[in-house]
Amino acid sequence: MRAYPLMAALLAVSLLLVGVAATTSAAESMSVQVKSGSIRTSPSFLAKIVAQVQYGDRVAVLSQSNGWAEVKIASSGLQGWIHASALTTEKIELRAGEGNVAQSASSDELALAGKGFNAQVEKEYKAKNPKVSFAWVDKMEKMTVSDETIREFIQIGGLKTPGGAP
Amino acid sequence: MNWTSRRELLCQLGRLTLAGLGAPLLGAVLKGCKTLEAVSDVGAQIGEATGVLNEEQAQSVRKSGKAVARSFEDFTPEQEYYIGRTVGAIILEKYPPYNDRRANTYINTMGQTLALFSDMPETFGGYHFLIQDSDEINALSAPGGLVFITRGMLRCCPDETAVAAVLAHEIGHVTHKHGLQAIKKSRITSALTTLGVEGAKSFGGKELAQLTETFEASITDITHTLITSGYSRAFEGQADQAAVQILRRVGYDPNGLVEMLQQMKTRLKPGRNDFASTHPTPDSRIREIQPYIGTYAPVKTVKARQVRFNKALKKV
Repeated sequence: MRAYPLMAALLAVSLLLVGVAATTSAAESMSVQVKSGSIRTSPSFLAKIVAQVQYGDRVAVLSQSNGWAEVKIASSGLQGWIHASALTTEKIELRAGEGNVAQSASSDELALAGKGFNAQVEKEYKAKNPKVSFAWVDKMEKMTVSDETIREFIQIGGLKTPGGAP
Repeated sequence: MNWTSRRELLCQLGRLTLAGLGAPLLGAVLKGCKTLEAVSDVGAQIGEATGVLNEEQAQSVRKSGKAVARSFEDFTPEQEYYIGRTVGAIILEKYPPYNDRRANTYINTMGQTLALFSDMPETFGGYHFLIQDSDEINALSAPGGLVFITRGMLRCCPDETAVAAVLAHEIGHVTHKHGLQAIKKSRITSALTTLGVEGAKSFGGKELAQLTETFEASITDITHTLITSGYSRAFEGQADQAAVQILRRVGYDPNGLVEMLQQMKTRLKPGRNDFASTHPTPDSRIREIQPYIGTYAPVKTVKARQVRFNKALKKV
């Protein structure tokens, strides 16, 4: 019996902590870390597209479900769902050479994206290795499949019906 | 409270909540914490080296980073994408592309559907698939989601489910970032330092040349592993497990993986520079994956799938 007040206190503290963490994550601002992504009406890849977002765009995470995040786009205010693998907590600075380390290090971010192995490094690599052809890699990247085609492929093949995951 | 301890508190709170609720998104938040630790240490070194930070400031940045966790995880999806493009170009030097629009469209539709059901459906440049014109039995993938499959491998596949198993296995290598893990640690340190310098100073030709050298060496690390030495048995096991998971989620019978491996067993010739030299034997892979699939039962033929499979791959 004597243990109860302590347990109650511990429970209260842990509930408070969980509450704080949940609030913090719900208000989390994140960046789009893929070249381009789609914001959809519901947490499914086959749901209707509300808006497109580009690399580096900021979104506010409103809620999350099953690997998906419900977000509000910072610039337009449009809302919808995007898969969490398209987002990062890091702030992405698109132009290299901006800002300085002293400043970034004392704020809590040191944005690295847009730097490192980038288009410029690839260009340099191509100049050094003229025999390596990127023609088919470029062609591959253009091989995209529409939502409609995927929906058909699933339906005709008797695969998992869309809706829910993914 | 300074930013460091606040960030640590958030990480701790996140872990606590994660333990309690198992929320997937918080997992992503926590990953951010880990990356930050590595980055802040590199930032400290660079700041110090370039004179932007004095020693005391550098120490405080470094302290916040705890132990250095420099690893493949420190590459951004954008960098992973550029690594993958060049790895893809090298893979295409080994086997030329098979220019059959209908077959490649089929492989892309199937592959991109499978990728949507993977643990990492979104990559910087997306998943793309291509058939290669070779009789050798092989399938390869580059970081970020470029996936290749030879005509020889497709001929091993009796049906759509078997092709799906091969593609899902390659998607598994991508989602587990096995390619990036083939890069030697020293190169990652070197890359992070160079790109940090770029952030600290204005961009210079010297840094670009250094970064390009590190890039070339990293590409060689990956392509050597893919084409010559092969991934570890553990990585192949992980990719097979990912394949089973993806197949189940999409609605394919995971026994398709077993049937594909059985076919390979009868067709692979030891001593050739293909799948046989870079993968564990089909028998051992079947043995290891069986517990995740259950007792083997033949894959049932689904007529609509067989019709489109035959139509799309008839020339292969």
